[in-house]
Amino acid sequence: MTRVWLPAILLLAWVAAALLAPVLPLNPNEVQLPKILEGPGAEAWLGHDELGRPLLDRLVSGARTSLLVAISVVAISIFAGTLIGMTSAWLGGFWDHLIVRIIDVFLAFPGILLAIALSGILGPGIENVVFALAVVGWVGFARLARAQTLSYRHREHVLAAIAMGSGTARILLRHVLPLIAAPLIVEATFGLAGIIIAEAGLSFLGLGVQPPDASWGSVIRAGTRYMLVAPHLLVLPSLALMLVVLSVNMLGDSLRDRLDVKRSGVT
Amino acid sequence: MLRFLASRILSALVVVLGVACLVFLLIHLVPGDPVEVMLGESARPADREALRRALGLHQPIPVQLAEYFKGLAALDLGESLHSKRPIVEVLAERIPATAELALAALLVAVVLAIPLGIIAAVKPQSGFDAGAMIFAVLGVSIPNFVMGPLLILVFSFWLGWFPVSGKEGFSSLILPALTLGTAMSAILARMVRSSLLEVMREDYVRTARAKGLGEFQVILNHAMKNATLPVITILGLQLGTLLGGAVITEIVFSWPGVGQLTIESIQNRDYPVLQACVLVISLAYVIVNTLTDLVYAWLDPRIRIGETA
Repeated sequence: MTRVWLPAILLLAWVAAALLAPVLPLNPNEVQLPKILEGPGAEAWLGHDELGRPLLDRLVSGARTSLLVAISVVAISIFAGTLIGMTSAWLGGFWDHLIVRIIDVFLAFPGILLAIALSGILGPGIENVVFALAVVGWVGFARLARAQTLSYRHREHVLAAIAMGSGTARILLRHVLPLIAAPLIVEATFGLAGIIIAEAGLSFLGLGVQPPDASWGSVIRAGTRYMLVAPHLLVLPSLALMLVVLSVNMLGDSLRDRLDVKRSGVT
Repeated sequence: MLRFLASRILSALVVVLGVACLVFLLIHLVPGDPVEVMLGESARPADREALRRALGLHQPIPVQLAEYFKGLAALDLGESLHSKRPIVEVLAERIPATAELALAALLVAVVLAIPLGIIAAVKPQSGFDAGAMIFAVLGVSIPNFVMGPLLILVFSFWLGWFPVSGKEGFSSLILPALTLGTAMSAILARMVRSSLLEVMREDYVRTARAKGLGEFQVILNHAMKNATLPVITILGLQLGTLLGGAVITEIVFSWPGVGQLTIESIQNRDYPVLQACVLVISLAYVIVNTLTDLVYAWLDPRIRIGETA
């Protein structure tokens, strides 16, 4: 049971921190020069960063960035991907061929590389990060939704709905989507983990949210510069990121087992 | 086999064309005027016009695309705006370092994953199995930019075993290769375990045991041979993640490869170089994946027969 409860509690803490960040008495951008790189203590539980800002406050504020990006990207990707994948499978013929080719082309880019190039070109900022990650993210959902829709296209209940004169939208939404939802949800949890890492990665490279706003990736980047004198600045944000990603992955695993979904070599 | 070969290569070519088109379009995503972004607002109008002409941006997009493909066919990727050198030359300097890193990481991944996966599969539900699977989940949950700095902190600063960064000799390769290889080995170990567990139930494994072979031989000579197939596919697919991850790993370790060039080109707003980097890395990925498919088909006749039927 701990396999489910522990990660669930961690994720709840993450979401709570992200949602409550605006109302909590936080000073993530308050520069206190005398406290530069100070380690954890009674006054600031996690210590201070390279500008004397309280690390805990910055991590909570970074949690907000990472949740916001992750939820937006997954929502956009799953919507666009499912729509494109289902449409492709339903239309068949030329359109299906074309869409499969487009999916193949997108799959030919190492995902993070395309995201790096896009955010590099579009310039930093949270909207651009969301856009860049969604451009990469929809493909997996489209491929999965297409394959699943193909396998249900000729089922009796779908044929019956066609015979009864239901419209395409109604058939796809009412008769196919509920059946293909489980694997898409499992894919979404793993996608979520990947996007949390990718957002932090882009911020690590300086392509994500801009200072003074906090992201776990940019905090880790600062930590790497001062790791010898202030290891807490590297270790603590790394731990936060790892625990959240680990929790999402563990919940994804148990969700997959529960929904009995086989991941068909999708990476 | 010949038909399968032809069809795979043809579809790879289509993908390559698509990739090149997308990379070409990247520069048109620059908000506002790309020339102004590259040169800065204070540039003289004459310089802007010169760059616009040099990049062919004054022409209609279809003409630009045709010119771009003509250049690609002649292996001419244009000139770097920053260093004023031919991009092909710049890339040629950087590719060996990335290839070296990727191969070393691949080696780390395979060397770690195969024994882990085999032992976990041979003793399922044991403590070792649980440990191996915890390693597998941890491996995919620790990003490169966390793993790398932590390894540097422990092995370079505290223990002083390896250099902190740069590329000087074999010892500087170890930490970047470990950083990049561990995540991949986690996924691979899982795959080896599940694929081996599956074949261990097959009749021919029972037969091999029945004729009195030792467990070691049964696993290595009979089971592993068939369990390797899905592992090879994952290996090919994971190479994309590996090459993408190389960008971040190269930054962490100041490794002078294509990944570092990618980030430098973003910082210098040297978009032609950025395009070339994305193109080269993606091409490598497509080529490796096509080769993986071919190797798979060569190893497993069921695939190529199924494909042509």
